[in-house]
Formats: sequence, structure tokens, C-alpha cells
Amino acid sequence: MEIKADTTVCIGAGMCALTVPAVFDQSEEEGTVLLLQQVPPEDLEDAVRRAVTLCPSGAISIA
Amino acid sequence: MSELTYPTLRQRPLDPPDEAIRLREQAPMHRMTYADGHVGWLVTGYAAARAVLAHPDFSTRPELMHPPIPARRLVERDQFKVPPGFFLRMDAPEHTKYRKLLTGQFTVRRMKLLEPRIAEITEACLDEMAAAGGPVDLVQAFALPIPSLVICELLGVPYEDRAQFQEDSKLLVSLETKVEEAVAALGRVMAYLYGLIARKRAEPADDLLGGLIEGGELNDDELAGIAFLLLVAGHETTANMLGLGTYALLTNPAQLAAMRDDPAVVDNGVEELLRYLTIIHLGPFRTALTDVEIDGNLVKKGETVAIHLPTANRDPSRFAGGDELDLARPAGGHLTFGHGIHQCLGQQLARAEMRLAYPALLRRFPGLRLAVTPEEVPMRSDMTIYGVHRLPVTW
Repeated sequence: MEIKADTTVCIGAGMCALTVPAVFDQSEEEGTVLLLQQVPPEDLEDAVRRAVTLCPSGAISIA
Repeated sequence: MSELTYPTLRQRPLDPPDEAIRLREQAPMHRMTYADGHVGWLVTGYAAARAVLAHPDFSTRPELMHPPIPARRLVERDQFKVPPGFFLRMDAPEHTKYRKLLTGQFTVRRMKLLEPRIAEITEACLDEMAAAGGPVDLVQAFALPIPSLVICELLGVPYEDRAQFQEDSKLLVSLETKVEEAVAALGRVMAYLYGLIARKRAEPADDLLGGLIEGGELNDDELAGIAFLLLVAGHETTANMLGLGTYALLTNPAQLAAMRDDPAVVDNGVEELLRYLTIIHLGPFRTALTDVEIDGNLVKKGETVAIHLPTANRDPSRFAGGDELDLARPAGGHLTFGHGIHQCLGQQLARAEMRLAYPALLRRFPGLRLAVTPEEVPMRSDMTIYGVHRLPVTW
């Protein structure tokens, strides 16, 4: 699984950082998504999928 | 057959109006007649609600919106202009500019840093309750002061000044406030905020408003609009979740015991209370900027769509058995904070407050109970944000 994050679409709601803090963080300045790991470990894949569904602006996707 | 209007009349205090539930059982979207005669839409299904909220071709601008109920007729369209900086009612990219100035202040990590202070404020409220002895009104003793103090400190609004803007904020979210009263209340809050901004310009302060002033990107009108939005949003939302949530727990003792005794239940339990209670009593609303297809229905350009959030959050196709309060159910994905680019900016603050406040209250007063019958608790059916007007409790 590979994660893509688009900070131009991100509105900084923080749902990803709340759901999988080991993979997602938010920038100090604008609060937009920061990817801590582009390829998450297998045991976090479900949580990452959940974060993608919860994202209100469609800023994160998986390939 | 009479024309469909926005359902606000609840038969049971914790459930959406029966009419809205019946409509959802028939179809996720219906034609609805607005107060000015416009025939738009009412959405009661979860998937359709989420689709509208996420769609870039729906606008949130009030001047495009048809009034859903008579009291909002003039308020929404003519006299109640969106103040500069009031980005909740702006579309992208204007909205984006303001939101991006603020999101850094409301991140998950920032809210985590606030937790000790929220816990301190909560304990102080509980100490005062214990000293006063029951019965007390839990709204005045606990539900309102915690979020009010937190948002005042965060923004840099002196808490001593709260009496007037709490009163005006209440007028602004009431369904029964006359247009002139709403305009006057808005005028008073804005005048207060302009004064506050002037004082902060003269004496720089280390708080959110002080930071925005120092950033130098916003004029006074924009600063006042942003401050107004955050102040009202910070008062009317978490306060009602704490009040109504406690009422819901007191009338569901098994769920109350889980929230009190099992720390592992708390985070998801808060999501479930958010879903089950959905305190947004009216709206949100959007107006189509182009023809848009939602769930097989053609919403034509210019048509207003009203979303019935409490009903959408009980949709059995998304939350099986959703009419039950079950703190252990996977409640993530509820629409209580909205969806799309306007999803609540302060949601991580609200979560931090609720995750600390409910268990702290229940642990301090294990014998907490209503001091009146459940039927005697006055519900906020007359406000855009649902909740309890008062909650007499003892222990």
C-alpha cells in the first residue's frame, strides 16, 4: 500500500492524524497533512483505509 | 397532500422527529417547500447527505440559499449579511484563505497540549459543584463554563466579559429570535469584538487573536468576523453536547456505567454520543451552483438542499441499530461535524473537552442523578443547536 497526500486539497480537519497517528501528522503552520510513512506497515493498512474514508476533503488516497 | 416542510418537532427528546424518520424510510431525498415558496430538497439518507456535503458544486453562501423556516426568511437572505472573515458561509477559494490561517491552531497535537488546562478547568467546575451541594443546574455549573472558558482563553477573550456575549450568542441560534433582535445581538457582539481587537492592537497578546493580528494578513473586519465565528461555535456546540450527553447517559444507566468505569470506552463513546445525539437541529444547507445528480436525483442549479443530520446519522444502511445508544459501536464516520471542506475546524478541541469532561464528572459524582423527572427537563427544540436548556442534577 502506498499513500498519497494532497496538501492543496487538505483542510486540516485532523481526522487522519487522529485515526492513525503513526502514519499521519499535521504541519505546525497550516495544520495540513504530513505523511510520516508513505508505505504503512501491514498491520496499519486497515486503519489507513479508515482514515481515507474519514477524510472530509479527499486529500489522502491509496494506491 | 400538504407540502413538506423542514421537520423540527420531536416526539421523544433523544430521537429525530418521527416525520423525518418516516421520510428516510421512504427515500433518502424528498422535494421540500421552503418558507419563500421555493421547492428545493430535504435529505434524510446518510450517503446522500455525505455526497452533498463533499460536492464542490454546492455553495454555502447565504445569499443563494432559500429560507427553510419562516423565522429565517429575512435573516438569511437580506439583513443578516455575512461579516467579512465569517468563512463558514464562504466557498473556496475565499474560504480556504481564512481556514488555512487557523487550522494550525486546532491540530490534534495542539489540542493534546491543551488537555492539562482543560482537565484543570473541569476539576475547578467539579470542585465548585461539590462545595455548593446538589441540586445544581449542570448546564450552568459544568456544561457551559468548560467550553466557554477554554475558547475564551484560546482566543484571548476576557472571561469576565462573557455574560453579554453568551446571552447574544443564545439569541443568534434561537429559532424564535425576530430579525431585528438578531441584528441587534449581532451588532452588540461585533461592537464588543472590534473593541477587543483595538485593545489587542495597542497591547499585543500571546493568544489566537493576538497571533492573527501579528500575522498582519487580516484587517479588523476580518478579525472580528473570525472571532465571532469561533466564539459562537465554541459556545453553542460542546456546551450542548455536554448537557445533552449527560442527560442521555443518566437515562441509559448501563451506558453511563461504561463511560464512567471503562477508560477504553471513552474515545469511541464520545463518537457514539456525537452520532446518536447529533445536536445540529436545523441544517446544514447548500445551494447547487450547477445541475448536480445526487443519489439518482437531479438537483437543478439554484435549488437549495436541506440536510436533516440527526436522521442521516441514524440511517440503518450506515449504522445498523442506530436508534440505540451503544458506546461500543463503531461510530466513526458520523456527520455531526459535517463533511467536505467545511467540516468543523474545532472538532479536535471538542473531542478533547468531551473525552475529559464526561468521565471526570461521572467519577467525581458516582451517584449523579436527575433532580427532576426526565420529562421535566426542558429541551432546546426552539434552537438551531439542540440540547437541554437546564439540567437539574443531584448526587
